[in-house]
Amino acid sequence: MIEAVAQDHILRIEALHKSFGEHVVLTNVGFDVRRGSVFTVLGPSGAGKSVLLKCLADVERPDSGRITFDGRSLGPDDAEAKAEFRRRCSFLFQGNALFDSLTALENVSLPLEQTTTLADSEIRKRSMEALRQLEIDTFCDRYPSQLSGGMQKRLALARAIVTRPEMVFFDEPTAGLDPLRRNAVFSMIAKYQRQFGFTALVVTHDVPEALVASDRVALLEKGRICFEGSPEEFTSSHHPIVSGFRDSVEALGAALRSIRNNNDPL
Amino acid sequence: MLRLVGAESLRVVSGLGDFALFTGQSFRSASASRKLLRRIARAIYEQGTLCLPVVLTIGAFTGLVLGLQGYYVLDRFGSQGLLGALVSLSLVREMAPVLTALMLVGQAGSALAAELGIQRNSEQIVALETMGVSSHGYLVAPRLIAALFVFPVQTALFVAIGLWGGSLSGSMLLGVDSGVYWSGVERAVEAKDVRECLLKAAIFGLLTISICAYNGFHAHRCRGATGARAVSISTTRAVVYSSIIVLAADYVVTSFLVR
Repeated sequence: MIEAVAQDHILRIEALHKSFGEHVVLTNVGFDVRRGSVFTVLGPSGAGKSVLLKCLADVERPDSGRITFDGRSLGPDDAEAKAEFRRRCSFLFQGNALFDSLTALENVSLPLEQTTTLADSEIRKRSMEALRQLEIDTFCDRYPSQLSGGMQKRLALARAIVTRPEMVFFDEPTAGLDPLRRNAVFSMIAKYQRQFGFTALVVTHDVPEALVASDRVALLEKGRICFEGSPEEFTSSHHPIVSGFRDSVEALGAALRSIRNNNDPL
Repeated sequence: MLRLVGAESLRVVSGLGDFALFTGQSFRSASASRKLLRRIARAIYEQGTLCLPVVLTIGAFTGLVLGLQGYYVLDRFGSQGLLGALVSLSLVREMAPVLTALMLVGQAGSALAAELGIQRNSEQIVALETMGVSSHGYLVAPRLIAALFVFPVQTALFVAIGLWGGSLSGSMLLGVDSGVYWSGVERAVEAKDVRECLLKAAIFGLLTISICAYNGFHAHRCRGATGARAVSISTTRAVVYSSIIVLAADYVVTSFLVR
């Protein structure tokens, strides 16, 4: 029974703690991510969301706590477990982190070229297939700077899924985008998550869009997880921090609508 | 005051250790990096082909000036016949390796530091690591391996064009017999001088490209600066440190080689 539960959860984070000198960023952070689901970590700027993702990406080393991926603990010195984790996971960065000196096709081919022993023809075939699935195959010879913001996001996702990962981590995928594009990005995450069947962990502060696309949400506030549940539970929660965060987002939306309606210059 | 000196000394020693580890890790990870030859070829193009016009221009002018200065100095002692020996030994033993390294630092080294700094800023280096690709093996190793070949070749070309420059000013403009000039070159330069010259060039290449790569790669560690400012500081630092190291290493290597 315990094994069945473990199998059901692809990622488990337990009592994660991280501080930079005196400044505590993450305190006792823990949650489970179910296989094949979209799990979103919400929180205001400075709540520790990006640091959490950096700890998962092994860019930052947590002070204490445990990260378990598919039943295997990612100990600080367990290079083999981390290598396996990297083989089976992908990250999509806030700024896309595309290689500006490589074309779209070369960007997508890069992880296959460097981490597999596939023949060049197979790498090209799989990369073109990923670009086609994301509907940007006609731009395969263009450089990232020649693509629009939305296309760059899709290109970054194509690069993330080309290795057929079991889990994809999204760091603020809608940062700096207008509301229309924010919706489009979350629709894209939901659509391709279903299409490719990967598990998604999204870190964002865009509440309405995240709630629509997620199976489960957690709220990170001042480095602590103060809520975890379904999007419905989040919407109806009377937890003071949850309702405070929700209300502040709604109030901001209302204020922006009012400014727009009154044509009031900011 | 004592504490400050101690802290600064520790920082320097720790930085040197970190630099040595960085270079070692880059070479070590090269073996695991795929399509390495392709990236070495690209690095050879960046450090070689793109820098060739500058190296040849500086080489020609250095030879011209050496021929001119050498002629008037030797003329005082009636030894103009030694002009070929003076120009060739000056170029082969000292000027070509040092000036070529400085030119390559100015062009290829600064470009490398800035490129890596920007890649660090835009999370491209972190992205490589999260893909399971060694950023040292992918970004740094090809440049270091290329430098070991490119610096000696560029230095040899510098010597060749410098000798021609010396001949131009000494023989064609100031009247030293061309045969005397070239036979002087042939007699003066021995095989060990050429070996010393190429060895110095390879050492300078390794040191300078490592320093430039190290500074660009760690642009995010820049104290008191972030973003574009950090890239600018790390690029400047890369060029300054590399230039100093070339001259310091020149003294050290020469003191071991010249007996």
